[in-house]
Amino acid sequence: MSETWIILGATSSMARVFIRELAGRGDALLLAGRNMDDLKSLAQDCRLRGAAQAEAVGFDARKPGGFAALLKTAQEAPGVLNAAVFVGSMPDQAEIDADPSLVDGTVTDSFTGPARFLQMLAPELETRGKGTIVGVGSVAGDRGRLANYVYGAAKAGLATYLSGLRNRLGRSGVHVMTVKPGPVDTAMTWGLGPQPFMTTPEAVARDILKGIRKKRNVLYTAGIYRIVMLVIRLIPEPVFKKLSI
Amino acid sequence: MRWNTAEYAGWGRALRAEGELARPERRSVLGAALAEGLTPAIGNRRSYGDACLNSGGRAVDMSRLDRFLGFDPETGMLTVEAGLSLGEIVAVMAPRGWLPAAMPGTGFATVGGSVAHDVHGKNHHGAGTFGQHVSALTLINGQGEQRVTQDSELFRATMGGLGQTGVITSAELKLARCKGDIVTVTERRAEGLDEHLALLDGSEATYSVGWIDATAKGTAMGRGILEEAETGAGLVPPMKRSKTVPMDAPGFALSSPVVRLFNAAYYRRVPARGRSMVKPLGEFFFPLDRIHDWNRLYGKRGFHQFQCVVPLAEAEALREMLRRISDAGLASPLAVLKRMGSGRAGFMSFPMEGYTLAVDFPARPGAADLIRGLEDITAEAGGRIYLAKDSLGSPNRVRAMYPELDAWREAVQMADPGGALATDLVRRLRLRDKV
Repeated sequence: MSETWIILGATSSMARVFIRELAGRGDALLLAGRNMDDLKSLAQDCRLRGAAQAEAVGFDARKPGGFAALLKTAQEAPGVLNAAVFVGSMPDQAEIDADPSLVDGTVTDSFTGPARFLQMLAPELETRGKGTIVGVGSVAGDRGRLANYVYGAAKAGLATYLSGLRNRLGRSGVHVMTVKPGPVDTAMTWGLGPQPFMTTPEAVARDILKGIRKKRNVLYTAGIYRIVMLVIRLIPEPVFKKLSI
Repeated sequence: MRWNTAEYAGWGRALRAEGELARPERRSVLGAALAEGLTPAIGNRRSYGDACLNSGGRAVDMSRLDRFLGFDPETGMLTVEAGLSLGEIVAVMAPRGWLPAAMPGTGFATVGGSVAHDVHGKNHHGAGTFGQHVSALTLINGQGEQRVTQDSELFRATMGGLGQTGVITSAELKLARCKGDIVTVTERRAEGLDEHLALLDGSEATYSVGWIDATAKGTAMGRGILEEAETGAGLVPPMKRSKTVPMDAPGFALSSPVVRLFNAAYYRRVPARGRSMVKPLGEFFFPLDRIHDWNRLYGKRGFHQFQCVVPLAEAEALREMLRRISDAGLASPLAVLKRMGSGRAGFMSFPMEGYTLAVDFPARPGAADLIRGLEDITAEAGGRIYLAKDSLGSPNRVRAMYPELDAWREAVQMADPGGALATDLVRRLRLRDKV
């Protein structure tokens, strides 16, 4: 029996490769995002790669009025229902400094929008008593840094939310996995120059699938970032506040 | 559009370029990038020389535009975005009984690159080139976006056309039936050049290719192993895990004594009476793809690949080439001999009926002179060198080898009058200059 996956932010570089893996094993896919043309061509790609079903559905983190329709479509799916969240936005910190109103959008895209949808979805999964939620955060959420602290704050919020959701849903057999990618070779990092321990969307997709199988709670990818971030978190604040890393 | 200033190279890494690269992930973003000005498109950069370089200019990396767009299981017509790799097509379609009708030796080649070089594979003698199985494609050039079909001059100028007629965004491919996703391979030794050519001439297999020991001298010169294969159905042996070459290898890794020893062992690994075995498709068609970044084995100076084709009657030219190669002691283990058919799809396509020889040489002192000597022999024999591999050719030499160059240039001139799509290779060989 194939499973159904709701993918929020399906056209992102990282999501696309992960989705292909799901398509290849014959899962059914609800591909949610903003650009319907891109979603439709992605859905066709998934069907040709073997997805049992692939449907493009609208999802805009900033327009929660549309969430109910997506939820209803998801509720109609038989069998195991899963969700993966890839949405988020990272405006340049300098742009946010110049225009503080950008804080709201960043937090909505990366945290409150997807959290609100997952909050609506949670009872459905509790009723079904199984399924997996994959939430893609970022290592940027592990400590506020000069370069991107608003984005980091939003991802920190998402991570804390997912931790609580895991605590809640674990009781009814639903697994919640937090994914914290370091730099990944995507459209977001293109042109930013060489990044330490940069990994590929393909490697991230493999890590996520393996993490799901092993029911990991918090997954760093590339794995070395578990250690890198441990070190960064251990730096005392009086020292850290003077660094630009 | 965000442009990334980077140094990049073709697979041989002997030639490099610095320029601005964009890598759109969606069709709409590609449109935005090209709206800033038409630029050459590059794929996974598996051509060896400078066909995929645009020094000081811009290029669009197409490798993330890799979607399947449509498939008709009745006819085998597959429509894909141009950045999709052939290996990915094999992985998805072979289990359903379909394969690209022609495949080069690496699955990392993109569909766009396969069109731009009109690539051939181990079945060229029967199936012809990649371009002969393309029924239509979409181009963006000076005249906007257009669908180009088989019967036009523009189509013939695009097949093997080095990307000069426009940015290829999608292609409609006629796939070939296969029985399943394994191949049965028969390997036999050829003790010298004459036997090697005789085995290639006599082969009736769908897929055939000869590995050649380019270090062997005397009566053993031209010895090698003929591989013949057919696709089949059955249980797939597990694909061996892929490995990555982590760093540039030191110079002695491919020095003459090491290569001689390796080649002798590689030759003897096949028993004298030959052998047959079953392999996963990828292992036969793309033998080196499991070693990621194998080009780093040649060290940071990189390497050149020489590939020529000479007419069937010119076996003596091959003998002279092999003599010079073995005397020079520069060859690597990677050398291939194959019989080609006459199939070609475009004005600038490489193939002609004859024998094709491909040999890798580390970019060491002496390699360039050796390769130029091999080009002289090729020219005298009425043969041709392959522009997907070339990094050392000269304008006059190449002009003489490609008799349809003028027809190609005319079509290119109409498609891209401003010369916005010119690459380092096109400039080096002055392919677009009127003589």
